[in-house]
Amino acid sequence: MTDFPFLSILTLLPLVGALVVAFIPRAKANLAKQIALGWSLLVLVLSIFMWVAFKVDGDRFQFRESYTWIPTWDAKFTFAADGIALVMLMLIAILVPVVILASWNDVDETKRSVPVYFALLLAFEFTMIGVFAAADVFLFYVFFEVMLIPMYFIIGSFGGARRQYAAVKFFLYSLVGGLFMLASVIGLWVVGGHTFDFSHLVASAAQIDPNTSRWLFLGFFIAFAIKAPFFPFHTWLPDAGGAAPVGAAALLVGVMDKVGTFGILRYCLPLFPEASRWFAPAAIILAVIGIIYAALLAVGQNDLKRLVSYTSIAHFGFIGIGIFAFTTQGGTGSVLYMVNHGLATGLLFLVVGMFVARRGSALVSDFGGAGKLVPVLAGVMFFAGLASLALPGTAPFVSEFLVLIGTFTVHKAYAVIATAGIILAAAYVLWMVQRTTQGTLNPALTEIPAMKKDITLREKVVVAPLILLLLILGFYPKPVTDVINPAVQATMQDVGTTDPGPTAVANGKVAP
Amino acid sequence: MDKLQLPSISYAGLSPMLILFGAACVGVLVEAAVPRRFRNSVQLTLSLVAIVAAFVMVILKHDLRIKTAAEAIAIDGPTLFLWGSILALGAVSLLLIAERGVEKGGPFVSQAAITVGSQKDLRQAGGQPGLTEVFPLTLFALGGMLLFVAANDLLTMFVALEVFSLPLYLLCALARRRRLLSQEAALKYFLLGSYASAFFLFGVAMLYGFAGGVKLSQIHAAVANPAHSQVLLYAGLALVSVGLLFKSALAPFHVWTPDVYQGAPTPITGLMAACTKVAAFGALLRVLYVAFEGVRWDFQPVLGTIAVLTMLVGAILAVTQTDMKRLLAYSSVANAGYLLVGVLALNKSGLSSTMFYLVAYGFSVLAAFGIVSLVRDAEGEATHLARWVGLGRRNPIFAAIFTFIMLAFAGIPLTSGFTSKFAVFGAAVEGGQTWLVIFGVITSMLIAFPYVRVVVMMWLQEPNESTPAVSIPGGLTSAALTIGVIATVVLGVAPSPLLQLANNAAQFVR
Repeated sequence: MTDFPFLSILTLLPLVGALVVAFIPRAKANLAKQIALGWSLLVLVLSIFMWVAFKVDGDRFQFRESYTWIPTWDAKFTFAADGIALVMLMLIAILVPVVILASWNDVDETKRSVPVYFALLLAFEFTMIGVFAAADVFLFYVFFEVMLIPMYFIIGSFGGARRQYAAVKFFLYSLVGGLFMLASVIGLWVVGGHTFDFSHLVASAAQIDPNTSRWLFLGFFIAFAIKAPFFPFHTWLPDAGGAAPVGAAALLVGVMDKVGTFGILRYCLPLFPEASRWFAPAAIILAVIGIIYAALLAVGQNDLKRLVSYTSIAHFGFIGIGIFAFTTQGGTGSVLYMVNHGLATGLLFLVVGMFVARRGSALVSDFGGAGKLVPVLAGVMFFAGLASLALPGTAPFVSEFLVLIGTFTVHKAYAVIATAGIILAAAYVLWMVQRTTQGTLNPALTEIPAMKKDITLREKVVVAPLILLLLILGFYPKPVTDVINPAVQATMQDVGTTDPGPTAVANGKVAP
Repeated sequence: MDKLQLPSISYAGLSPMLILFGAACVGVLVEAAVPRRFRNSVQLTLSLVAIVAAFVMVILKHDLRIKTAAEAIAIDGPTLFLWGSILALGAVSLLLIAERGVEKGGPFVSQAAITVGSQKDLRQAGGQPGLTEVFPLTLFALGGMLLFVAANDLLTMFVALEVFSLPLYLLCALARRRRLLSQEAALKYFLLGSYASAFFLFGVAMLYGFAGGVKLSQIHAAVANPAHSQVLLYAGLALVSVGLLFKSALAPFHVWTPDVYQGAPTPITGLMAACTKVAAFGALLRVLYVAFEGVRWDFQPVLGTIAVLTMLVGAILAVTQTDMKRLLAYSSVANAGYLLVGVLALNKSGLSSTMFYLVAYGFSVLAAFGIVSLVRDAEGEATHLARWVGLGRRNPIFAAIFTFIMLAFAGIPLTSGFTSKFAVFGAAVEGGQTWLVIFGVITSMLIAFPYVRVVVMMWLQEPNESTPAVSIPGGLTSAALTIGVIATVVLGVAPSPLLQLANNAAQFVR
């Protein structure tokens, strides 16, 4: 079964779907939605098969495929997935159908074309899968840049107020990062022996002159730090997240931003091990600043979508310290955090979207006591908020805890400061929930007929899988950690660090 | 004393040039003999047949590596590759030049001598058929460009420079609309071009004094010999470079570019942006790689500074433009900077990647100017950026094509803009010119902004009453657009065959 070309088919499938949907006439909007949903479910089914076929104790990279592309530069269509990529691919495959279902009626009231919106979502899925499945640096770079385009048009054409500003800012920030990376990719190609093959480059990583290696690291790191985003490169995210349609915003912070942290783990660390160690203190400081700073800003936000975007920046800080702690717990925690954050923040974004769709406004001050009108929806928001602040019993708790103990073993002070972020997280989540759904009923809300309609069946179907996953992974994360662990250990070995003292998670087998 | 020996001439090797010049002469006769209403189609057919025939000759003779006509002309890999590029791009430009379906009578004035604003002028603007002399003029220009990239001594190069420049000066003046702007552009181009030619010629004189000959191989030999006067060498190199930098539109010799690009008839702008660039950089490559390779350490930093300046000027000034043709002009200046980065790699991959870039950029820029020629209102082309607002709603297909070309210029992967930039930057890093690549990357960030702004205007803003309609293109413009877009996609997705071809061709004969 492992000979089956999972990754290339998985990558191309959404692209074909996007093309099919794009050519459906505007008048047949419903058909476009159904095809898009069906197609994304097909991708999900294929991903589940892939998950089953992945051997936890097998090679680090599995499902490897390679096809010639540009022999002059030795660029190939090489796909391969390690455990980290696998869980990210799974996350995408789960989130996209959920988002498509959640965005079912979002475009109907606008003058915009419904088929185009869903085609763009599928095109976005194509680029996302490609970026995680690529095992050729050139191919990765291509997907890394191309993924801007569908998201740019989703934000720019279908977003809310200030969508143009947000779309251009998003595009230019990402492009700037991408071009820094391009310089490094070229440099890497020249010093790495004129190849883009990931495994060859890793094998020759130690021979690169340390000084060059640091510069190259920096090019990659800036691109990923903008994408993630880490403080101080984060300012595009609240604008983009605030202006994007909620479904797209959920994908933006849920999946696309993970490309940044994934890129650091997959490319920066193994390709530039010495430079990674050299830059680690700076990266950790940035991450810690991000945790506190973004959390403080989140507390002060009045716009729900921007608020959720800021919480994400804080969460990316946690992922960052977990990665740069260079411990297995920290790394595993970070990857798990990437998955859980995708689920929790995705859910939070979608629920906020349901409120916004009813109220016609994303401002916290326009709500108040909404729980009296829509109790179930308010309850879902409360749950999403609790998951977001990593309440024990929900999945993010596991990952946050792993990150913090992984960091504490090597950087006690930073771990302690980061822990303060948890308190702030409680503050912004609970305060948001309180101001929107609790307290006295805002009389303006009762005048809006849509606010009297509690969660619909479609919305229940949207939130149910995410809530379930958050709970299951909160109590039993082992299936996921088992997949992540070997890949993280292999990465840490590439960096050349060993865990201090006895480790709590040591059942994974290190790949040769 | 030997008898005077006639130099041997490889007619087969020179046939592409001979075909073009011959067809141009026939074209002049056609003007005299063929009735006016048939002329356009006869001329177009003649020109296209000539170009295709020349192209076929290039393909047939693809493995020729000789110096001919007393070493005045070198037919080697780069020559043949650049010939093929010039001919292919020239054919596409011709399609735009010949278009009569978009505007009644075509983009050219019917009689260049009519006083602007007179009754006659109004009548000609109303749809009298345009000049068909443009076809022989274009063929002469293309023939001159072929000679320019093949010239193996500086005097031949100078002659070629004049042969292809003079028709271009004229062509610039022939716009049907906004004729004063067009004539001003032509005069400006002519005056500045003459200065540049004079500089070039002066430089040739100095180098003659330095090397005792004008052949590139003689100069190469003299450079290696320290006994020769270094003052003459550097002065000559500098002056010759000025002439070449002018034609390549490199800062600070780029100032004519925006005015000329804006004023010239749009198909001619396309011709200049695509073919003239190939010719100018082809000659620059030959001069630097063949003759002055020995003083690379001396000119590399100077030309490197010029490359940085060009990229910065092009990128920064593109941000401030409000006219589409001027924006594309500054973008072409910036692209000239990237090309120079490739040139300065001064290695084999520098040569091949620069040649690849020239082809890739040429096709994209022709498609861009093809679209510009379609967006029009009653007054002619609507080039002001504000007029492009909301074009995506009115004409999604053309807006989509233009968006794609803009993304290619911005260097987004899966377009030829990315692969070509990657090629030149890669070559430059290999050639030890990392600092140029860093500036290249930084300016790419800057210049992405105007491109993205155009995309925003076309798609994300609502159309207003001043948004012009896009004309339905005639078959010729459609063909040119299709070729341009297909080339941009193919060279972006599967650049290997052309890269390989450029690689195999990347060896000058000395």
